[in-house]
Amino acid sequence: MESRKAWEMTGKFPGLADVSISQDIPVEGEITVPVGSHSPDEDFSTLDEPVKDTIMRDLKAVGKKFVHVMYPKKSSALLRDWDLWGPLVLCVSLALMLQGGSADSKDDGGPQFAEVFVIIWFGAVVITLNSKLLGGTISFFQSLCVLGYCVMPLTVAMLVCRLVLLAGAGTVSFIIRLIVVGAMFGWSTLASTAFLADSQPPNRKALVVYPIFLFYFVISWMILTFTPQ
Amino acid sequence: MATADDLKFQANPDATTISIDEPVEIPKNQHSRLQEPGREEDDELLGTDDSDKTELLAGQKKSAPFWTFEYYQTFFDVDTYQVLDRIKGSVFPVPGKNFVRLYIRSNPDLYGPFWICATLVFTIAVSGNLSNFFIHLGKPTYHYVPEFRKVSIAATTIYAYAWLVPLALWGFLMWRNSKVMNIVSYSFLEIVCVYGYSLFIYIPTAILWIIPQKVVRWVLVVFSLCLSGSVLVMTFWPAVRDDNRRIAVATVATILLLHALLAVGCLAYFFDAPELDLPAPIIPTHNGTTVVTKSQ
Repeated sequence: MESRKAWEMTGKFPGLADVSISQDIPVEGEITVPVGSHSPDEDFSTLDEPVKDTIMRDLKAVGKKFVHVMYPKKSSALLRDWDLWGPLVLCVSLALMLQGGSADSKDDGGPQFAEVFVIIWFGAVVITLNSKLLGGTISFFQSLCVLGYCVMPLTVAMLVCRLVLLAGAGTVSFIIRLIVVGAMFGWSTLASTAFLADSQPPNRKALVVYPIFLFYFVISWMILTFTPQ
Repeated sequence: MATADDLKFQANPDATTISIDEPVEIPKNQHSRLQEPGREEDDELLGTDDSDKTELLAGQKKSAPFWTFEYYQTFFDVDTYQVLDRIKGSVFPVPGKNFVRLYIRSNPDLYGPFWICATLVFTIAVSGNLSNFFIHLGKPTYHYVPEFRKVSIAATTIYAYAWLVPLALWGFLMWRNSKVMNIVSYSFLEIVCVYGYSLFIYIPTAILWIIPQKVVRWVLVVFSLCLSGSVLVMTFWPAVRDDNRRIAVATVATILLLHALLAVGCLAYFFDAPELDLPAPIIPTHNGTTVVTKSQ
């Protein structure tokens, strides 16, 4: 209250008599805006802590986000405290697992490492730009973070596929892989939609969700068509 | 001289906020209002009014400088129902109704062309791969390959078609416009929009091309070509018909030819020739395996 009165008084405006505030209120106080609560990091410098603490803190944040993807419900952890470590780890591991496919010639095989990388990152950037251009309120890196973390079910599916392919490559294994990849594709799409759909204008939700569907469909297709040598 | 109002920093309940982007709503109103019957013969006259109005509105709408994000947001100013309407209009062309006048209404969007092209790229690549898999399924020497390289080829082809051909067509129409005063003229984005939405019919066509029958595939080619070609013809015929008759016919014929070339080229490159309709003699070899002679 004091700051408000001080703001009014220090203007030195004539015609102050029109304002119904008595003039013998003491003019004092500070114009300070109370800052929001500090995160624990800012109370002490993180420069002096052991390296293990720094790494463990980031690892815990990444791990927490993985858990949030597994049980997708509204959480600010994924959105507010975005990071791109998780998406990077997932993308690299997915691209590595997609290596070693069979190819008669270089042109006919599965995607190369760089192609998987480019598809995932370029696809995520394009989807984020699309949602921002359509009027979405989410920030650029938050959206990248969500899309990257929601690749996790598909990475799990790739792992399962490779294990199933170790056992054999017949029709039964194909049906198992189809079911697993299909389920994980649905999970990825639903998880990312749960996080991203609320930040869109209501009459354009379908326009934003469809590219996400296409993105995870392409990744699922790459996983499903992986054939070992 | 400051008044009491200057000292008030609480929200004034009497104040109203005025937003300056009202003109954006005008094209949408036109979209719902102008579905009157009997527009076919008025198309030419309405073209004049519309082109005046559309240029005025276009100038009002895209007023942000091109290096700001808001400028590009004006190209994505569509709702879900509008995109679905435009897709419907490209798949079921009504004779005599101009796609641009009826659906675009000076609000060309880049959402439709971009994502329809992206979907088409992946649909063709996936369908081609699936169809080859089914065609070669029973053979002992066949080993499935994902053929991922074809995705980049498909992407280059389709995006080049959807963006370079409109550029060339727009340049050509501008050049003819300087020589012959045409009543109807389109902006570059409207042409890109028409081409993008006219490619939509190829998405279900590509999925149906998985069926390994030559007759079925060619029937599909002709059918989709008729539908999307008619959308293009009905859009561009009013723009060139005031010109020299031979140039007008040549322009429309080139548009259709390029469209057909895209369809046939995609069918030929991504989908192997089906062999099920060519009965081949079976020659048993000496070690018992059966060799089927086939023609490519």
